[in-house]
Amino acid sequence: MTQAIATQDPIITSDSATFTKLVSKEGGTEYDLLPINICEETFAPLEVAYDYDKIRHQVSRETIAAGPNSIWRYRPFLPVATDNVIDVGTGMTPLVKSTRLARRLGLKNLYIKNDAVNMPTLSFKDRVVSVALSRAREFGFSTVSCASTGNLANSTAAIAAHAGLECCVFIPSDLEAGKVLGTLIYNPTVMAVKGNYDQVNRLCSEVANTYGWGFVNINLRPYYSEGSKTLGFEVAEQLGWKLPDHIVAPIASGSLFTKIYKGFQEFVKVGLVQDKPVRCSGAQAEGCSPVAQAFKDGRDFIAPVKPNTIAKSIAIGNPADGVYALELAHKTGGNIESATDAEIIEGIKLLAETEGIFTETAGGTTIAVLKKLVEAGKIDPDETTVVYITGNGLKTQEAVQGYISEPLTIEAKLDSFERAWERAQTLERLDWQQVLV
Amino acid sequence: MAVKVLVPTTLQKFTNNQAVIEATASNITELIEALEQDSPGIKGRICDESGKIRRFLNFYVNSEDIRFLENMDTPLSDGDEVSIVPAVAGG
Repeated sequence: MTQAIATQDPIITSDSATFTKLVSKEGGTEYDLLPINICEETFAPLEVAYDYDKIRHQVSRETIAAGPNSIWRYRPFLPVATDNVIDVGTGMTPLVKSTRLARRLGLKNLYIKNDAVNMPTLSFKDRVVSVALSRAREFGFSTVSCASTGNLANSTAAIAAHAGLECCVFIPSDLEAGKVLGTLIYNPTVMAVKGNYDQVNRLCSEVANTYGWGFVNINLRPYYSEGSKTLGFEVAEQLGWKLPDHIVAPIASGSLFTKIYKGFQEFVKVGLVQDKPVRCSGAQAEGCSPVAQAFKDGRDFIAPVKPNTIAKSIAIGNPADGVYALELAHKTGGNIESATDAEIIEGIKLLAETEGIFTETAGGTTIAVLKKLVEAGKIDPDETTVVYITGNGLKTQEAVQGYISEPLTIEAKLDSFERAWERAQTLERLDWQQVLV
Repeated sequence: MAVKVLVPTTLQKFTNNQAVIEATASNITELIEALEQDSPGIKGRICDESGKIRRFLNFYVNSEDIRFLENMDTPLSDGDEVSIVPAVAGG
């Protein structure tokens, strides 16, 4: 069954809208603000362009601070034409000043941007999906869809449910159970595709060609990806309208990584923060590290790889924005490093034990890479460093099962407790001794 | 070798809006030439100035990315399905 692409009178733009056109990232060809995502000439991604003078007139620190406690406080920087946005409380997640992790790593000014508690589905994807579905509604789409490694499916299904949109999502069939359940509960149609994420994506591109659906990360992608800029905006605002010196973020497609920086640049452009250099460092799982490999080899192109890692949420073997992530790391004096599955699990545990934040494998990757960069002297201890935690560990419990301790089972008697407590203390002392030795 | 080619929307203007076309070729290089014969102008979109497939465009033979096979030399057999897919992103 094929549906009509849209819509009677889709809202392409409005008088107050600050976004003006789509522009090809290769060659600069301009396109109308339609549900399209690639340049017809070069197949490069399309990027939303804005009228920054108009934004400058619409925003100030005060108007933003008086706005909603969500990503929509930055609405003039986002590609939606009307006030009728889907606000499910996404964004404005905590920026935690780290003490214990910072001390462990030897850093003095480490902050953690904690999107493990982003609403409503506990990953940064709620930011991009809120923007994509708001725009989808303006285009008049009644069915929305996505190709997903899990987090995006959760988010698309949840926010579509809230907005009353039909939803069909495509996931690889080997996803973590928590992520599948966390999608099914919203009652979309879920297609579990026998293949990896790149194959799911390929199928979705073909479906998007045929069906008139709004695919958040395909034909809505130029709008969708702009939502990640809010991770830059919020950090700048939460640091007291200042930019950090260094950020460390995961790289999957490369979009989030580059959009955080775009967010910083836009704040500079409209005079909300003072310009200064921000180094951007990226993290990949070694079992799917095409961008880190290219960085290491000094290449300016990405050779696709077949993913083989526990970090499924960032396992994109053929990243569309990989070259831009690479360019950004080079341009800003950052680094791109990878972490093994074992290091990723250690990263998850380290963050949990020192900061009380339970992240998923992508966050474990980022923490592991942060640690590596510090150990290699690539992060100055005095720098204001922000590490981005983009998802919640409760969704990928399988990843750490077998690597954490077991509960001590005891009788409901005081002496049973005391014996077990004594044993636990002894074990802890032995741990200490091992560490000291 | 007669193969089935899945054409992305952006290239369908060259194929009379056909999403699936038949072509005869024994490898990807020949396939691109065959497509150009039937749909003049399409090669200039698929390949850059140096004749290589553009970096944002992926070719799959029976679901396998040709970069994991033999790139433009990847052989084709009767009944193979070749899909041409622009890179997409975000998971």
